[in-house]
Amino acid sequence: MESFAQNPSQLHAQSHLQALEDESIFIMREVAAEFERPCLLFSGGKDSIVMLRLAEKAFRPGKFPFPLMHIDTGHNFPEVIAFRDYRAAQLGERLIVRSVEDSIKAGRIVERPGQDNSRNRMQIPTLLDGIAEFRFDAVFGGARRDEEKARAKERIYSFRDSHGQWDPKNQRPELWNLYNGRIHKGEHIRVFPISNWTELDIWQYIATEQLEIPSIYYAHRRPIVIRNGLVLPISDLLPALPDETVEERTVRFRTVGDATCTACVESPAATPWQVIEETAVTRITERGATRVDDKVSEASMEDRKRAGYF
Amino acid sequence: MDLLRFSTAGSVDDGKSTLIGRLLFDSKGVFEDQLEAAERSTVNRSAGPIDLSLLTDGLRAEREQGITIDVAYRYFATPKRKFIIADTPGHEQYTRNMATGASTADLAIILIDARYGALVQSRRHTIIASLLRIPQIVIAVNKMDLVGFSQARFDEIQRDFKPFVDQMGFTGVQWIPLSALSGDNVVTPSAVAPWYTGPSLLEHLETVEIAPIDVRDDFRFPVQFVIRPNLNFRGFAGLLAAGTLKVGDEVLALPAGTRSKVKQIHTHDADLAVVSAPRCVTVLLEDEIDVSRGDMLVHPQRMPWVKRDFDARLVWMDATPLDVTRPYLIKHTTRTVRVKIAQLLYRIDTNTLEHVPATTQQLNEISRVRISAAQALYLDSYDANRTTGSFILIDPLTNATVAAGMVVADQPGEDQGVATLSRIDRAAREAHNGHRAQAILLAGTSRDAQSQFAHALETRLFHRGAQVLVLDSESAKGDVAVLTATVRLLLGAGLVALIDLPLDKRAERDALRRSLGADDVVEMLIEAPEFTANSDFQRPVLADCTIGLRRGGLDAATAQAVTWLADHGLFGTHRVVSPGAGI
Repeated sequence: MESFAQNPSQLHAQSHLQALEDESIFIMREVAAEFERPCLLFSGGKDSIVMLRLAEKAFRPGKFPFPLMHIDTGHNFPEVIAFRDYRAAQLGERLIVRSVEDSIKAGRIVERPGQDNSRNRMQIPTLLDGIAEFRFDAVFGGARRDEEKARAKERIYSFRDSHGQWDPKNQRPELWNLYNGRIHKGEHIRVFPISNWTELDIWQYIATEQLEIPSIYYAHRRPIVIRNGLVLPISDLLPALPDETVEERTVRFRTVGDATCTACVESPAATPWQVIEETAVTRITERGATRVDDKVSEASMEDRKRAGYF
Repeated sequence: MDLLRFSTAGSVDDGKSTLIGRLLFDSKGVFEDQLEAAERSTVNRSAGPIDLSLLTDGLRAEREQGITIDVAYRYFATPKRKFIIADTPGHEQYTRNMATGASTADLAIILIDARYGALVQSRRHTIIASLLRIPQIVIAVNKMDLVGFSQARFDEIQRDFKPFVDQMGFTGVQWIPLSALSGDNVVTPSAVAPWYTGPSLLEHLETVEIAPIDVRDDFRFPVQFVIRPNLNFRGFAGLLAAGTLKVGDEVLALPAGTRSKVKQIHTHDADLAVVSAPRCVTVLLEDEIDVSRGDMLVHPQRMPWVKRDFDARLVWMDATPLDVTRPYLIKHTTRTVRVKIAQLLYRIDTNTLEHVPATTQQLNEISRVRISAAQALYLDSYDANRTTGSFILIDPLTNATVAAGMVVADQPGEDQGVATLSRIDRAAREAHNGHRAQAILLAGTSRDAQSQFAHALETRLFHRGAQVLVLDSESAKGDVAVLTATVRLLLGAGLVALIDLPLDKRAERDALRRSLGADDVVEMLIEAPEFTANSDFQRPVLADCTIGLRRGGLDAATAQAVTWLADHGLFGTHRVVSPGAGI
């Protein structure tokens, strides 16, 4: 791993990235050709940034045959939201934002009281409302199968019934590159073009494509507390508990989800190549290091997906 | 670093999940928190401290019932390769899931329990891997720790099973004695089995040669999506499924039958001068021809089969059995059309490979069927090309994917005519006649002129001593099979057949050329100037020779045609060969 981490030019010879890229481009074009109203979920996070580059590769010099949509949890890192708007404007593509905050005000969602007010689950109604509002029949997500055990069993075209639900026991067989996108009215398909990418692939792609990503993915100083073995960034959304000591450390984020439950990792990595070196030797998964909510039960992701999570 | 996709076959009892867990664990493809979760888990089906199979079984029901429900994809990388594992369960849904995993696999691992040797199930797994044309297999004799790593036992298993495996037509077979539980020969070579000098499983996976996708020149480019941002850019986006494409190459667009040349091979990074399969590119052509999604750009001389009726192997994947009275949808490359299963020829017994008569096909069964499609498909055999030889069937009512199909290499003949019992062969007749048997496809820019030319050429050839006959293609009523059978009969009789076919019947022309063979068919374009002057006229790019026909100039035109035919060996010892054929 180290040899190519230190020698960027060798990466171009890496046929596995080319193969992954081709697979993803093929999937995006297939969806654009077979669905009437697709959309691409863009959060400003690194996986969805890779998705946008893949969409450029699939459709330029044309415009994207779909808008971008972000489900704003209201619990975001400001750097990521700023990057989201910057990137959408730079590409000249349409960005739709639907917010959990609005759904709460409209009484569509009730916040759970107490300390654990993660909005991972709360964004589900907002997402489903957004899909219904624009009558989207295919929704691109940047999920990867290496992230989590339930995702490892999900198809690239993930069929959702009229309630947005995933039924893991009743998935369509997926053979060769022949994707079955036929649906009835009201149903839709979640499409995961980067299913077969790993965290390391994403970073290698960011490095070779020289993709800009929000600054918080790289090392920076930040006030943190250590809670349950996780390094938690302290902010208005995630205050320190009375008995906790706030320290400033050099950290970076491996994922940038809900700011109330996304941990960071201590790291001096300031470039994509340094992140790759770290990723190649890390012994902890991306979600394991950073997601507080996935630890709730052995099947928390599966349960969220069944309810309509992407 | 390249990419190897492999699938695993074997039941829970064979220790398949444990093997994968071991492979991930020992190659550091598993992370500490995943291991912790397995340790924390309330279920432990293994004898050891950690149930490695829990690393792969992702769903609640699987953990609770101790089974693997569905295909799971796992990823790991070593400095040499990146690996994608399709982990398929071994219980009753086996065939369906294995087909799914195998469809993209370069290699399959077949697990055998060292205590029991090859069982009926091992034979079935091997047969399915073979039917699905996975090029490489590994026979992993697992649980060697339970037989004391006995070489005699391993040799015995190999002696029993090897003759069977060797007749299955795999490109490569590797036998490895191992223990997933103890890790021997999984990642590191075993110290307890010094008699085995071959590679560990991981070493083999890292070094086994991945068969390159075919590099033949007969490229296939199914058009996926048309990119048309402005009047200056009209690109056909798609995945080059076979062969190599260069700027300047002549391409034939199916089904239109029009030809053009590659003007530009666009990618977002840079234009390419040449591209080889499998790559996603956007192709721009020299001419404004009508091409859309579902069409295919192909090599003009090396076409796929253009067929509505064809034979295929079918793996049934739905709980509702095949119903030969119902319509289905076929998705083949980027084309989706309605089909019927015209005939269920037989079922293939996956334990014995025997052909079993059948009236229906149930979940997990494999059969051979004759399919009849509402529109022509552009097919290769699955053996020749996984992309243009594969398809799925969809139930139009439930939208479920009900079957996976593979086009077979031995297609039924298209002959529908009367067979001949003659004992005088074609070569003898050709020698007797003093000329080659030859089909000449006429294409005229004016139907009347073409028809007049056909009769005039027949007369001129006849006076020159040739046995010749004009065929009215329209009397075949669009049935290519009848036309082909008739022409084949005439060629067998040593005749020159002049086929008067309207210019726009491109599919018929191509089918005729394909089923008769390039050597037997020559295409002659009759150009009448009053029509070519018309701006609407689209000049066919093809034709082996072009004859200019002025008003009142039939004599000159037929003389020119006969000279061309003579120059190209009609009356000689060499067959008339169209310039583009046989490249």
